Amino acid sequence: MRVELRDIHKSFGPVRANDGVSLTADAGTIHGILGENGAGKSTLMKVLAGILQPDRGEILLDGAPVRISSPAAAIRLGIGMLQQDPLDFPSLSVLDNFLLGSPGGLVLDRRRARDALRRLGARFAFALDPDARGEDLTVGERQQLEILRLLRLGVRVLILDEPTTAISASQRGQLFAALRAMAADGKVVFFVSHKLEEVQELCDAVTVLRRGRVAGEAAMPAETGRLVQLMFGQEPPRVTRARLPLGPPVLELADVTASDARLTLEHVSLQVRAGEVVGLAGLEGSGQRLFLHACAGLAPVTRGRVRIAGRDLTGRSYAQFLAAGGAYLPAGRLGEGLIPGLTLTEHAALAGRHGTLFVDWRAAARAAARHIGELHIRGTPRTDVQALSGGNQQRALLALLPDHVSVLLMEHPTRGLDLESAEEIWRRLLDRRARGTAIVFSSSDLDELLARSDRILVFSGGRVAGPLDAREATVERLGELIGGKGV
Amino acid sequence: MLGASPVEAYRLIVAGALGQPERVAFVLSAWAPLLLAAAGLLVTFAAGLWNIGVEGQVLLGAVFATGALRALGHLLPPPGAVLLAGLAAVLGGSLWALLAGALRAYGNVNEIFGGLGLNFIAGSLTVYLVLGPWARPGIASTSGTLPFAPSLWLPTIPVPPLEVPGEVFLGIAAMGAVSVALRGTYFGLHLAAIGRSLRAAHLRGIPTTREMLRAFAACGGLAGLAGFVLVTGAHSRHQLFPLISGGDGFLAILVVLLAGRSALACILISGAFAAISMGSLQLPLAMQLDSSMGGVIQSLLVLCAILLRGLRARLVSREG
Amino acid sequence: MAASPPVVFAVLGETLAERSGVINLSLDGLLLLTAMVAFAAARATTTLLAGFAAAMAVGALVGLVVAVASLTLRQHQVAAGFVLTLLCQNLAYVLGAPVAHLPGPQVAHLPLPLFRNWPVLGPVLFSQDPLVYLSIAATAAAWWYLAKTRPGLVLRGAGERPAAALARGIHVTRVRYLYTLAGGALVGLGGAAFSLAVKPGWSRPYGIEGTGWIVLAIVIFGNWDPLRGAAGAYLFVLLQTLATVLQSLMPRVPTQVFPTLPFPLMILALLLVTVGNSEWVQRGLRRLPAGTRRGVVRVLRALQASPPAALGVPLEQE
Repeated sequence: MRVELRDIHKSFGPVRANDGVSLTADAGTIHGILGENGAGKSTLMKVLAGILQPDRGEILLDGAPVRISSPAAAIRLGIGMLQQDPLDFPSLSVLDNFLLGSPGGLVLDRRRARDALRRLGARFAFALDPDARGEDLTVGERQQLEILRLLRLGVRVLILDEPTTAISASQRGQLFAALRAMAADGKVVFFVSHKLEEVQELCDAVTVLRRGRVAGEAAMPAETGRLVQLMFGQEPPRVTRARLPLGPPVLELADVTASDARLTLEHVSLQVRAGEVVGLAGLEGSGQRLFLHACAGLAPVTRGRVRIAGRDLTGRSYAQFLAAGGAYLPAGRLGEGLIPGLTLTEHAALAGRHGTLFVDWRAAARAAARHIGELHIRGTPRTDVQALSGGNQQRALLALLPDHVSVLLMEHPTRGLDLESAEEIWRRLLDRRARGTAIVFSSSDLDELLARSDRILVFSGGRVAGPLDAREATVERLGELIGGKGV
Repeated sequence: MLGASPVEAYRLIVAGALGQPERVAFVLSAWAPLLLAAAGLLVTFAAGLWNIGVEGQVLLGAVFATGALRALGHLLPPPGAVLLAGLAAVLGGSLWALLAGALRAYGNVNEIFGGLGLNFIAGSLTVYLVLGPWARPGIASTSGTLPFAPSLWLPTIPVPPLEVPGEVFLGIAAMGAVSVALRGTYFGLHLAAIGRSLRAAHLRGIPTTREMLRAFAACGGLAGLAGFVLVTGAHSRHQLFPLISGGDGFLAILVVLLAGRSALACILISGAFAAISMGSLQLPLAMQLDSSMGGVIQSLLVLCAILLRGLRARLVSREG
Repeated sequence: MAASPPVVFAVLGETLAERSGVINLSLDGLLLLTAMVAFAAARATTTLLAGFAAAMAVGALVGLVVAVASLTLRQHQVAAGFVLTLLCQNLAYVLGAPVAHLPGPQVAHLPLPLFRNWPVLGPVLFSQDPLVYLSIAATAAAWWYLAKTRPGLVLRGAGERPAAALARGIHVTRVRYLYTLAGGALVGLGGAAFSLAVKPGWSRPYGIEGTGWIVLAIVIFGNWDPLRGAAGAYLFVLLQTLATVLQSLMPRVPTQVFPTLPFPLMILALLLVTVGNSEWVQRGLRRLPAGTRRGVVRVLRALQASPPAALGVPLEQE
């Protein structure tokens, strides 16, 4: 089957995730979709898989235009997508996951399904225990299960979204072999990745996306330098920053081990000094959030010590982290950072507490008005924060920080913001830094990490590399580390 | 359907509630506990908590008030004894609510089930006391404990042409206090934040567990006061008897569901519901209709309100 | 044994609805209402079957209201369920007043001819009324349906991870409607089993007030599994019987106390199955020596009730 996408447009609010993307993939090929995080790769593939509806553009299969209104419709057309976090059922067995959604009679024929699972698995050297529960599988095994399920449904176009993020090297080898075998069968495989070497190793052709548009196409093998240039454009001009005199250490981690339900970070040591900016690079879910939570007392630290502004806070609560002058701005600006349904004035009142019984609403309203004026928030003191745009929410969050913050932990400070807002946010943050706040932020934008950080930690599947000196780091080097090379 | 005209039924309910001055007085005294319990529920609903245990908290208030009056009625001057009984009722109600709150906060038992279980336990505690330790001398019957002397009754306050039971003012004052607390204090603001998003409230630095327990305690205290009023109110039976709460707690939940978060709406709706409850007591005599008709009307009203609210939201989102 | 069918049917019905992701909180009122309807209908038509059918229809109707309110109109499931509880209860008293304390038809015992002569077991297991056999069959059927059939698997998927079910082409809302209705009908069957077999007739109060809440707790205790749920139901009925026995042994304690004995036990049971999740238990566990800890964790996990992941969560379409 030949797949053609023509002039696909898809916007989320003001963000143009896909801005006129076209590409063609032939039967029997593995087609790479390469680009940084946020380049529009996932959106494009979700359009093809019927999960998102494009604003404009058309899809042709073997030259015939089709409308893909739902994932089920996509499956009927022979298109299946393996999501980054596979959409499976953790509480069900492998076999039931394999069966759920398949056509057939009233009574489940588990014996036949078991045979099919074993046969299909054997073809690609996937060994899955049919009776294991979904939640006990590794991400790699869950992917294998999804792939087998899609193949049994007769899928001829298989889309994989960043499939190697959380799987082991041997599982990666198995996966690549399986994908090659599928291509040899005449299927089309779309391989979405931001890892150059994987695309080079696996793909027959590649389309590079950058900021929602096609930056270029190439047949494989292609020269690394050219692909890097297509992905990132020119290397960003380095902002020359005044080297600030750094203060005393305000965030110290000594040999910290912490874990949550999914990941374990082991033996992390880091010292951040007042006035320093440390960036956390890595794919989503590689341990950055766990790292920040361990610093803030939101995730249990099982070994090592955490000190904030000189105080030992190991095993202490989040409240004590705040009391020590820490602050945490989570990725979910609404629902984690701001409280949906409350107004800016109410948030101002919550932020400026002085141990009285009654809220001084007039003072809170004045504070809210001041925030609005100083940070150019588009709203009134009585605006529900739900009604603010992402940029305004982020500005409001910054405004609500206490005057003196020793350590500011932040996730994705500028995600989803336009350039101007992002610039504005950073101006505020650097103001804080000049006043002695240490900033630790995670981001999936390599340019941002390189331009704003003094040092960078790189996370890959729960392992930590670095810190690197940001002046000496390059996009390529970071890309390699994020991809798991040399960690 | 029931061989009775609905118009006639409504006329009877209205007449039964407001037809004669003493009926109005009964409605007013039924209004007071409803006001108190609804005021308490405004607090827990603000934090997104379903304090279905309110019924048991009313009972515990009545039990504690009765206990205090039995113990102190002879020792103290009547106003002092009544005051202490009120405080004891607040204590009893809050302790019972804190139990449900602790089960929720530390045991992960949903407050709906914890509260319900505690309701039934409170019910059987009441029966046990009425028939056992606190039985009337000589006879143990479910009709109730020995009634208190009139000196221990709450006063009525003349507002011509009516004698308004004092507890009505207590109820309205409670509603006002809750309204002020929810709008004006950090406690209220914290509860609003918790009700909107527990996670964000925690990350904003709000001590969420403590504030939720406080909300339970506050609601239980007001519900306990409702129990106190049921024992000592001017038109009450001045005794503890099984089922003394008579579903007032549940009815108060309906009031708050219908009124949303508005204290004023709570005051009006609880008044209307008290009138419906009292008025429908006349139905069996006049029309052979069960007095639960009042409950049917009340719950049907709230159900329609919920459905209409959803329908409106759906229509608005269609247009937008 | 004879008193178990209503509770078993109600537990099964609620389990089905909750497995698909919808809480029907109205159970306590619904059982009363359907009991009254079953008795009134059976009396009016002098046909038992009509009584059962009417009760099941009313159960499904109330299920429909819950489904419309929560799935289509996106209102709080607990709010709608709670209001319906009171509405059903009051309706039962109002509409049932004319048939209170009147005689009516009643399900007869149906000893199974071959087995009832077995020593000991024979009379206990095989000389019951047909509802007992039916409730046992229904338990097995519900288990079989959930575990072995394709629609049963779809039902579990819809309550577990609706987004994933949608991605597989399942109409999650339709599935939830279906099982909320079917679950309501089963609860109706339970109500009918009260008034046509276990406690024939109708009165106010009818004496089963509170049972619906217990059923909701049994569903949790049963970990949303038909077999464990039915076991919980039998345990509850056994406790009720024990309470009456205790009552005759302890004449000095007021009789009204005994029927409420199951409720503290309900709280304890719920505590037992949910406490393992709480933070302080987890923290305490970390301090225990490894060997003890493994043992305790295993016990807690075996008891642990884990609800369908999407229970009560409205469906958000992408």
